[in-house]
Amino acid sequence: MGTAFAMPQIRPDAFSPNTASPDARSVVSARGLGLTFKTDDGPVTALTGVDLDVRKGDFVSFIGPSGCGKTTFLRVIADLEKPTAGTITVNGTTPEDARKNRSYGYVFQAAALYPWRTIEQNIALPLEIMGYGEAEKRARIERTLALVNLSGFGKKFPWQLSGGMQQRASIARALAFDADLLLMDEPFGALDEIVRDHLNEQLLELWARTEKTICFVTHSIPEAVYLSTKIVVMSPRPGRITDVIESTLPRERPLDIRETPEFLEIASRVRDGLRAGHSYDE
Amino acid sequence: MTNREKIVPVLTILAALLAVWYAAVVFLNAPFERDTAARAGTTISFSEIVPRTMAQARPVLPAPHQVMAELWDTTINKPVTSKRSLVYHAWITLSATLVGFGLGTLLGIALAVGIVHNRAMDRSLMPWIIASQTIPILAIAPMIIVVLNAIGIAGLLPKALISTYLSFFPIAVGMVKGLRSPEQIQLDLMRTYNASPSQLFWKLRWPASMPYLFTSLKVAVAISLVGAIVGELPTGAVAGLGARLLAGSYYGQTVQIWSALFMAAGLAAVLVLIVGAAHSAVLRRMGVRP
Repeated sequence: MGTAFAMPQIRPDAFSPNTASPDARSVVSARGLGLTFKTDDGPVTALTGVDLDVRKGDFVSFIGPSGCGKTTFLRVIADLEKPTAGTITVNGTTPEDARKNRSYGYVFQAAALYPWRTIEQNIALPLEIMGYGEAEKRARIERTLALVNLSGFGKKFPWQLSGGMQQRASIARALAFDADLLLMDEPFGALDEIVRDHLNEQLLELWARTEKTICFVTHSIPEAVYLSTKIVVMSPRPGRITDVIESTLPRERPLDIRETPEFLEIASRVRDGLRAGHSYDE
Repeated sequence: MTNREKIVPVLTILAALLAVWYAAVVFLNAPFERDTAARAGTTISFSEIVPRTMAQARPVLPAPHQVMAELWDTTINKPVTSKRSLVYHAWITLSATLVGFGLGTLLGIALAVGIVHNRAMDRSLMPWIIASQTIPILAIAPMIIVVLNAIGIAGLLPKALISTYLSFFPIAVGMVKGLRSPEQIQLDLMRTYNASPSQLFWKLRWPASMPYLFTSLKVAVAISLVGAIVGELPTGAVAGLGARLLAGSYYGQTVQIWSALFMAAGLAAVLVLIVGAAHSAVLRRMGVRP
């Protein structure tokens, strides 16, 4: 845990320029993607002209002020919203097929644990739905509980756990089945700074261990810079991408990396991107 | 809260009610004693009137101890198979209540499931369900009995159906709300798992609706009893608490009426308590914060 944690170098560098064409390794690929909601006050453009590739093993953060479409984009990937323009593929198929193949785990803003189920029954929920056997279920519950440091809490009901622990349980639930893609919508937004630091550290560790591809929505600049290999800066009215920043930070990131000049430089570029796309005179 | 703190307020209210009741007994039954005395050409003092008001055979308002004595006599002293046993009559009514309550629960849940899952049912059914409850049950009960009798259905079932008619309503309304109670985020979660409609129902909507179901069941079981009693009134008053009420009012047997009323109230209380106990047991199993 923490700064002493040594991350195994198990992946090739995802940013080396001489890899094969990006599309071949794309987990998510969007071209000219747009989404316009019809409301009583007329159409609202939540997303427009979004071009983006998320490669296997990436940790991509989406950052921007509210209304910039970052959550909407995540929901489009998850087939919870249908785009109205452009194309998008997830794991090489349509989002709908990807959802039907259960190829992603989704972590919501709130833990959304079912209050009538214990923590292990909550983790078992997707496994029950996907028809895993009893022994396999037990093994996976134990494994994912250990992965989020909640071993021994399986028999507790959600209300008996703190907010941070509940959110960890919901991450365990998303990890319990074999999805290589993890979609996280401001999962730590409601938690205090100290708990959030701790969970960010654990999330990086978990990402290294599981080799998942993670799409992470946030509105915290330090969080985005600390976690990501790629930062997507978005701006509102209409929701669009204004900058994509490839992080130059090493994959092994102790918490105090946030004081290094390199970190601050990336953070400042993110801040500039946010400022450019957002007029404060509105 | 200690038991003492719970019991003292209840006993205080009970004592106040008894005091008011006894005062009303003296006030309401005294004119009869004065008339009797006047007809006999004698005068009667207030201190003579008071004990007599509490010992009349057909008082306007029987005293509590008269009702208790009647209840004791007709429950403990009579064999339960006797037509004069209140336990026998209570059982007749209770059996119709339970059958009606069971059918009403099933009907209410079935309607709610239909309404939640089918847009056409949602639009078309709810106004009729509400309209059904605006018809006075006293008006429709004899019709149901007569119609069912004409097609050869008599006895317990017609009464039970009147109970059903009353009890399905709170169940249907409560369950529609309960089955719709899951939050969007919980529904989205099921969608990300590509859950089937039946998985969505049994793993999310049904457990989420339990608190609503039991709240409705408590209301429904009490009005099921009312329905069964009302159903007994037009059946020619052969047996059941409703028959006791009717017979009592034919013959001016106010003590009999009041004891039947108390039996009905006691029965309703027991039924509601049983549903309440089931409610807590289910919620405990579902891990609700104590």
